[in-house]
Amino acid sequence: MIPQQFVHTIEEVDTVVIRFAGDSGDGMQLVGDQFTSTSALMGDDVATLPDYPSEIRAPAGTIGGVSGYQVCFGTSDVFTPGDSLDFLVAMNPAALRANMPFLKRGATIILNEDAFIARNVEKAGYTADPLTTDELANFRVLRVPMVKATQEALGAAGLSAKQVDRCKNFFALGLSYWLFNRDVKQTQRWIIKKFGNKPDVLEANQRAFEAGLQYGKDGKLVERTYATRAKVTPRGAGVYRQISGNTATAYGLLAAARRANLPLFLGSYPITPATDIMQVLQQNREFCNVLQAEDEIAGIGSAIGAAFGGALAATSTSGPGFSLKTEFINLAVMTELPLVIVDVQRAGPSTGLPTKTEQSDLLQALFGRHGESPLAVVSASSPRDCFDATIEAARIALKYMTPVVLLTDGYLGNGSEVWRVPELDELPVLKTHLVTNPEGFKPYTRDPETLARPWAAVGTPGLEHRIGGLEKEDGSGNISHSPANHQRMTDLRAAKIEKITQDIAPTEVYGDPNAPVLVLGWGSTRGVIEQAIGHLNKAGVPVAGAHLRHLNPLPPDLKALMQRYKRVLLPEINSGQLAYHLRGKYLIDIEQFNKVEGQPFRADEIEAKIRSMPEIKG
Amino acid sequence: MTVVPTNNLGLKRQDFLSTIDPKWCAGCGCYSVLRWLTGTFPTMGLPREKFAVISGIGCSSRTPYYVDTYGFHTVHGRAMTVATGLKLSRPDLSVWVMTGDGDALSIGGNHFIHMIRRNPNIKVILFNNQIYGLTKGQASPTTAKGKKTKSTPYGSIDPPIRPLSMAIAAGATFAARVADTDGQLMADVLQQAADHRGAAFVEVLLNCVIFNDGTFSHLTEKAVKQDTTVLLRDKEPLIFGNAKDRIVTIDGFRPQVQAHVPGGPLPQNALIHDVSVEDSSLAFLLSNMEHPDLPVPVGVFRRVEQTVYDDHYAPKGGDLTRVFRGSDAWVEDAAGHISLLGAQAAPASAA
Repeated sequence: MIPQQFVHTIEEVDTVVIRFAGDSGDGMQLVGDQFTSTSALMGDDVATLPDYPSEIRAPAGTIGGVSGYQVCFGTSDVFTPGDSLDFLVAMNPAALRANMPFLKRGATIILNEDAFIARNVEKAGYTADPLTTDELANFRVLRVPMVKATQEALGAAGLSAKQVDRCKNFFALGLSYWLFNRDVKQTQRWIIKKFGNKPDVLEANQRAFEAGLQYGKDGKLVERTYATRAKVTPRGAGVYRQISGNTATAYGLLAAARRANLPLFLGSYPITPATDIMQVLQQNREFCNVLQAEDEIAGIGSAIGAAFGGALAATSTSGPGFSLKTEFINLAVMTELPLVIVDVQRAGPSTGLPTKTEQSDLLQALFGRHGESPLAVVSASSPRDCFDATIEAARIALKYMTPVVLLTDGYLGNGSEVWRVPELDELPVLKTHLVTNPEGFKPYTRDPETLARPWAAVGTPGLEHRIGGLEKEDGSGNISHSPANHQRMTDLRAAKIEKITQDIAPTEVYGDPNAPVLVLGWGSTRGVIEQAIGHLNKAGVPVAGAHLRHLNPLPPDLKALMQRYKRVLLPEINSGQLAYHLRGKYLIDIEQFNKVEGQPFRADEIEAKIRSMPEIKG
Repeated sequence: MTVVPTNNLGLKRQDFLSTIDPKWCAGCGCYSVLRWLTGTFPTMGLPREKFAVISGIGCSSRTPYYVDTYGFHTVHGRAMTVATGLKLSRPDLSVWVMTGDGDALSIGGNHFIHMIRRNPNIKVILFNNQIYGLTKGQASPTTAKGKKTKSTPYGSIDPPIRPLSMAIAAGATFAARVADTDGQLMADVLQQAADHRGAAFVEVLLNCVIFNDGTFSHLTEKAVKQDTTVLLRDKEPLIFGNAKDRIVTIDGFRPQVQAHVPGGPLPQNALIHDVSVEDSSLAFLLSNMEHPDLPVPVGVFRRVEQTVYDDHYAPKGGDLTRVFRGSDAWVEDAAGHISLLGAQAAPASAA
């Protein structure tokens, strides 16, 4: 595959973690995206972590304005975007300084040396130019005059200095493609597609990209380049693409509606990091109705209205928006209408860290409402799993006539990985309780298997009825203030949610089943926990793992499963919310492992924690 | 899509009344709205199942229980959001919102503005009794300044909101006002609201016999109403008074009252009503006319045709697999060989 002109040695590698970092305006997300798509298309597995500031444009050159895109690519062991960096591409001193803590010892740093001028060094908070001190002594530093080289390549293209400067990301991309022997065709086509209507910008970016490649080919960077090893086990025959968690969630809604044979309605309001779900559906308006509502409350209110009219209805948000929706969630609990509420969790409380990830809305999802208000909660465990988790949420909502909270998070929503695109007929058919027969119809009678009430959509002749937030009489659904009836309805609403356990498959245990320690996880920690357990098992350390999709109701075998192990370890990106819940529910103690830094766990942190447990150390 | 009236289905007013007895106080103005609302429904040529009556919380919001159609008694202030979602996903329905001055203008103020500005084909009836009735007598956003209520024992210090001004400022394409006591006008106004394509807003001046009795009697008592209100008629001057001897004229932006000889020539600066003028300045000016300086206008303030929001909502469906694959999908065979899909497929080789 590698043409002759490369005289440099090529080292085969399994997995590489690289981060592209620069100012918010430097186009690092674009560079990372291209690098990732190309790697996926070359057969590598990929997992990405965009890491960007919440400001649109923080002052250029400052730490606060650094935008990064991390990708782990390779042919084995790609569970996560990677713990620490093998390579860092730093476009300025701030990007270097902000990412120093993430570098592996001996990592390679490719620097845009033109940016290392006194003013930028100072803005980044350095007291001395790190290129002149021993600060970078433990790393391999490759200095590249990216601005000058880009200027040289663009020469008489007739662009302003500022426009030329904006092309340097393509120079960096070209250079990275050379260093990792990436296929250039896909990106070359993409540049034409993206900038085809601006001929001067198109040509400039093309030239910068080629100049980056040429810079490497001319031997100006290093002697040795890298290529990922061919896969031992192929992914399997099928159609594949790269997908982010938020896109997968949006597609999951489309798929669920199609498989339920219902129209889809999304009521939503822009909020980081959930907005993409609404935007992806807006781009596909031929398949669904999307309302960008005036606020979070109207987002869910409109969805409940659509559900009353017989649509698969959903609302998407993040923590602060979820808080605003809680009163309306209870209306859906009381009126027993199907509804999917997607919470792409972010670091809280309050505005918190909007672009950073956290798993801290779990207790809010389980309990954050007035009254006795049970509902179903499910979680997604990886970007592509958001698709399946969304279909599961919709399935439960329709089968049990209940609101369902789907918990994803910023790390899943913005992260991406390779997804095998399913054919529609591979997906489950979702059954509904829609009724049309007026014979003996009462809005609050119940299906004995699910305890769901019939769904009489507005417009169905002969089924005219009234629903609302007031307590209902069992069966008739008329307003009732009877004490005994309130007790009965409270019990029925809880029993209905408990019925969902009949659909939950036995909890799958992986790793060493005879280990003394079970590592339990939920949501986005799956990749790191699996990776850590895989490493430890390889090293002969006995440890098992299990991951939860259903958080309410919990799998019926969970208590017995936990009792089989000497100790259960539960890593969470919160202060121990599931651990708190499980202790109360099962009276089994749990070893918490928590981190609330707005960042996902690293596999090595989990590994070290497991190794430190007395049950493991012996 | 719009609600197209079909032929008379033989439905009468009684067919739209449910078997539940209203739990409003004896003499409450709410009965009047129920009376005329159920009188309007049969004229629309739609079967009962095509109607949805959506409400928030408050005395007004009990209405769905008393109407034998689909009904949803939602949460405080949010009826318009539920109605919007229902209408957008089911444009075949006739959706009516029953709300009050607290429900629509206080806790639900944001939804009110945004529903009106989007102009969906939804009808909103605001029962304005200038008080919180269900919670037994607190000041509402329309309570008059200085009014003593349970929550304003020294008199309200909040300037009241004018519901019609708010609706018109938000871009209402249909806005009207009627008193609960004026059955004939209510029938006419509700009929026009029903026939309007777009959001229709009707303010009903409504008496609360228990907590705010007589708050509108200066506008509704037979002896004075001819002198304190003026009925708006399209393309006609604003002549009022028991003897039709007064007329509203305009001086710059300022309306004023002049004596008028019944049947005599109109003054040059007579204010002539026009419901269908695109510019909402006239309707806004009328909505600001208040007792005692000016007669309070009743009837239709504004009725204009604009794009109906639900017309934008018409998903057609299609090939979802194409969407899921996007523009960058590829095919892998069992051996792991990769080829590009479709249009993007062009020879690819390593750098």
